[in-house]
Amino acid sequence: MNDKVTLMKGNEALAMAAIRYGADGYFGYPITPQSEVLEKLEEEMPWETTGMVVLQAESEVAAINMVYAGASCGKAVMTSTSSPGFSLMQEGMSYMAASEVPALVINVMRGGPGLGTIHPSQADYFQACKGGGHGDYRMVVLAPASVQEMADFVGLGWDLAFKYRCVSMILADGLIGQMMEKVVLPEQRPRRTDEEVERQCPWAVTGRTGMRPKNIITSLELDDDIMEANNLRFQATYRLIEQNEVRYETVDTEGCDYLIVAFGSMARIAMKTMELAAQEGIKVGLLRPITLWPFPYKEIAQVAAGVKGILVPELSAGQMIEDVKLAVECKVPVEHTGRMGGNVPTPEEVLDALKNQLIK
Amino acid sequence: MENNDIIRPENLVYKKPALLNDAHMHYCPGCSHGVVHKLVAEVIEEMGMAEKAIGVSPVGCAVFAYNYIDIDWLEAAHGRATAMATATKRLMPNKLVFTYQGDGDFAAIGTCESIHSCNRGENIAIIFINNAIYGMTGGQMAPTTLLGQKTATCPYGRRADLNGYPLSITPLLAQLDGTCYVTRQSVHKPASVRKAKAAIRKAFENSMAGKGTSVVEIVSTCNTGWKLSPEKANLWMEENMFAKYPLGDLKDVESKK
Repeated sequence: MNDKVTLMKGNEALAMAAIRYGADGYFGYPITPQSEVLEKLEEEMPWETTGMVVLQAESEVAAINMVYAGASCGKAVMTSTSSPGFSLMQEGMSYMAASEVPALVINVMRGGPGLGTIHPSQADYFQACKGGGHGDYRMVVLAPASVQEMADFVGLGWDLAFKYRCVSMILADGLIGQMMEKVVLPEQRPRRTDEEVERQCPWAVTGRTGMRPKNIITSLELDDDIMEANNLRFQATYRLIEQNEVRYETVDTEGCDYLIVAFGSMARIAMKTMELAAQEGIKVGLLRPITLWPFPYKEIAQVAAGVKGILVPELSAGQMIEDVKLAVECKVPVEHTGRMGGNVPTPEEVLDALKNQLIK
Repeated sequence: MENNDIIRPENLVYKKPALLNDAHMHYCPGCSHGVVHKLVAEVIEEMGMAEKAIGVSPVGCAVFAYNYIDIDWLEAAHGRATAMATATKRLMPNKLVFTYQGDGDFAAIGTCESIHSCNRGENIAIIFINNAIYGMTGGQMAPTTLLGQKTATCPYGRRADLNGYPLSITPLLAQLDGTCYVTRQSVHKPASVRKAKAAIRKAFENSMAGKGTSVVEIVSTCNTGWKLSPEKANLWMEENMFAKYPLGDLKDVESKK
């Protein structure tokens, strides 16, 4: 199956990529529009082949704490959910950040707030990028815009999580999760042996092999000075991630008059908007943040220096637009357009917004 | 004969388990936690499992259990210990995985995880300390607080109409297909300490043998929270707690065979 192009849903690609990465465990709870992740894993039965554990938990709360435990044991573990489920997981996200354990968490966003709809949305941007749980913490947030990126970001997410001992999140939406596209899955990697895990993660809770000093994974520290030192260490890691891990893509930004900054499925729609604009003689470029945190502030500022205006279409009331405004420091007009509640704008609607709000 | 003539290795009949370190315990004098900690350390040592044991400590008085017993530990969010133990054991089936939880952690905020972990028959052992009060936060009402019992949040005594009834969760767990051993013990007398130790050993052996979930409830005292002397707390427990939470095995799949 390697190198073979297959057709599958974004959610299925997440599941297959996890098995291929050599994942140790998946713990999740069904919720639309991402239930295919757990369904695909149960269908594939990876415990028979790679030894990967797959468990349907009793709730998202249990699932994230199972992930917290697995991550604390140095294992490559993950969960996937959609917006309401992700809200339930916030406590666990904060604890994992405080414990400096590596994990992969996927949110295939749907329209909110509340139970909302089961259709695509990007309204959890703040929750993912600005910290939905308590305390000062960050996590790497990857925004896939294709089924191929759904597959690729599983491995990338874990690699970054283990490199920095942080939580990586794939922030997709119902559209990317549900749509079928061509995808080439990564090669099958073997799961790490217990010895490899202990070598790679000497801090992990594995039992005191060889009666080494005990390892404790905890987020509790009642001494304020030590807890402040812990926080400073977390922040130092975050600065390092900001330096090293900003990822983005630009399309036709060279000499463009207007810039669209969009992520995920909205960036895909914007690609069509650019074609329509070109037919009318309007030169529009696209900057697509791939990491929503760390955010490509500098890169946006550079491209923005030569444009007349920036449009930020989002499947929300406008959340990422705040970071775009921070990036350009009000030197360029920045306008929002978008739909909410599970609705998705057409390329024409986005072009109309560009013309009406920026060109006038 | 001088004391030093008696204190010799050949005369030693009792020693502290090596896994129980010399860290100064934060538990109040008279509290049951210290005794149960010693039993857990002793059983792990006697089973030769020091290199394979992983404990999950709760939020509550036993939150710092990891400071006293020298094995690897996870410190769970409030109530989530059995979810953490579930994943740990499934990812590392050859380890001895157990949780150590109080009544608030296990039977209030963590009830969902507690019941479902037991129902799935996770191969973990659960040490459940029931002292009918929230010790760490300063003596508030627990799910297991008895009717009429005074706490900081039911200062005139627990009333069924206001506060609901005390939750006896262990018999509920005994009904579940996933549990193999459910027992209620205490540690207030030498004989009860010996029985509690045997129960912990059996629970740990069950988990390593893959027999399902074992639950060892220890009906305990919180003399500080109860505002009684350690001695009077033991008497109060015998007179009041044992009526609602009678000691003994509630389920032992092995003994039926």
